[in-house]
Amino acid sequence: MPFGPDDWNAVLLTLKLAGTTTLLLLLFGTPIAWWLARTRSWLKGPVGAAVALPLVLPPTVLGFYLLVTLGPNGPIGQLTQSLGLGLLPFTFPGLVLASVLYSMPFVVQPLQQAFESLGERPLEAAATLRASPWDTFFSVALPLARPGFVTATILGFAHTVGEFGVVLMIGGNIPEKTRVVSVQIYDHVEALEYTQAHWLAGGMLVFSFLVLLALYGSKARSRHGY
Amino acid sequence: MATEMPNDDQAIRARFHIVYGEFSLAADLTLPGRGVTALFGHSGSGKTTLLRAIAGLERHPGAYLEVNGEVWQDGERFLPTHRRPLGYVFQEASLFPHLSVEANLDFGRKRLAAAERRVDLAQAVELLGIGHLLARRPDKLSGGERQRVAIARALLASPRLLLMDEPLAALDGKRKAEILPYLTRLREELDIPVLYVTHSPDEVARLADHLVLLDNGQVAASGHLAETLARLDLPTAVSDDAGVVVEGLVAGHDAAYHLLALDFPGGRVQVAHGPESPGKRLRFQVRARDVSLSLSERDDSSILNRVPATVAAIADADTPAHVLVRLEAGGTPLLARITRRSRDQLQLQPGKSVWAQIKAVALLA
Repeated sequence: MPFGPDDWNAVLLTLKLAGTTTLLLLLFGTPIAWWLARTRSWLKGPVGAAVALPLVLPPTVLGFYLLVTLGPNGPIGQLTQSLGLGLLPFTFPGLVLASVLYSMPFVVQPLQQAFESLGERPLEAAATLRASPWDTFFSVALPLARPGFVTATILGFAHTVGEFGVVLMIGGNIPEKTRVVSVQIYDHVEALEYTQAHWLAGGMLVFSFLVLLALYGSKARSRHGY
Repeated sequence: MATEMPNDDQAIRARFHIVYGEFSLAADLTLPGRGVTALFGHSGSGKTTLLRAIAGLERHPGAYLEVNGEVWQDGERFLPTHRRPLGYVFQEASLFPHLSVEANLDFGRKRLAAAERRVDLAQAVELLGIGHLLARRPDKLSGGERQRVAIARALLASPRLLLMDEPLAALDGKRKAEILPYLTRLREELDIPVLYVTHSPDEVARLADHLVLLDNGQVAASGHLAETLARLDLPTAVSDDAGVVVEGLVAGHDAAYHLLALDFPGGRVQVAHGPESPGKRLRFQVRARDVSLSLSERDDSSILNRVPATVAAIADADTPAHVLVRLEAGGTPLLARITRRSRDQLQLQPGKSVWAQIKAVALLA
């Protein structure tokens, strides 16, 4: 058996983290993307840049600031403590929060592009047919932006699965809590357990390839759709 | 569909002052609350801007808009587009690509309270001839079919005002000809006031009852179609294409010569056409360049249609060699484009009685 129980735990934890993160990002990223796509406010530039930061920042930098802010002396750390929630670093919820920030551009940007490419016309047509702005959002904008949601979901999930630096900084390496696959591979290599490292690394490789294949395949199909 | 009793409130009052950088539009219009009003002008004249403002798609403070007794916008109020009981047909059909034709048609209809639905699906489908398309997706339709679906979709929202923004402009000549008869039927069968933006004189002649001429953001004229077309002081008249549109009643058909007789207040014209039911209203167009004038009735001429008329006014035409003469024939205005030399030879001046010889009558049906 190439996978030990620790390996399985790491895989399950990774899937749970990526799933939770993607779900939260779709929930909170959609309004942010909609706002970015539609606003004429001067805040569009700064907010767009902030969302895109994880694309260029080393994960350790993001992780470092999160550690400081969420830690016992940081503003959010003090808040969570006073609310009786304890401290977030080195817990699963802390890891989710960090992943949400880290994977944000991979969800928000495809959604923003999808919303921008709709143009004004379908929304105006809906308004002339008695649909309120909320109604229009759900009955016209969301269905027309479906290809953007597929891309955002796949990229958000895959990118969270692949993170390492932020996890080490904010999550550490606690079995069944914060030890995800990428960290587990690192541990195997450190311990010179190359066989186990091969199995996990190979699994990641195949998974990533299949994800991208699905993504580009669906893009090719949607070009032939509407 | 319920037809409302006409009353004094049957009017559309619109006052807009719109400035976009270099462009400005000033309009203070009172339009009939029934029938088709054409907003006519060249591109850049502001007609689409005005239509979008009336729809509430653009918000312009300080404007006033009242539609048949209901205020849609004034100093305090601004009804957002989705609360205005209107229908809007865009230049491109703008159907929702993720919905079938039937779901597109239902989009506005299902958002109305049952009591507000005054046009039913079967009626709209029949009127636009789209019954065989219901299950299709918009991308499987031709341009003309798409536009017919878009018109039906707007009608099914049971509008109290239908706004159409050059609905035929994106179509080629053949598709235009395919849709025009549907628009004519719409005008005849539904009692919905229409504001129709166009730069096509032909569409104006066929569809409009009232004409608003927009020129560079200003209202150059607004009035009854026949009256406005015959005005000599307007840029529409001063062109090779100047002409009037007259509504006539079918009086009879001469089967031997294949001629249809139409009565209008100024007399009778005969036009090469098949039989039509007597009493039916048909529009015909008489171009200024097809009307010549004589001082006596010339029955030795091949020109079939001769009506007595009085010269009302004379103005310069598009070339130095020609003048435009406005005639009154029993209350119907006509235009004649003749040479300046003929004017002097016949000593034409306002008040003079003449015979108008009409060389060509174009039936608009």
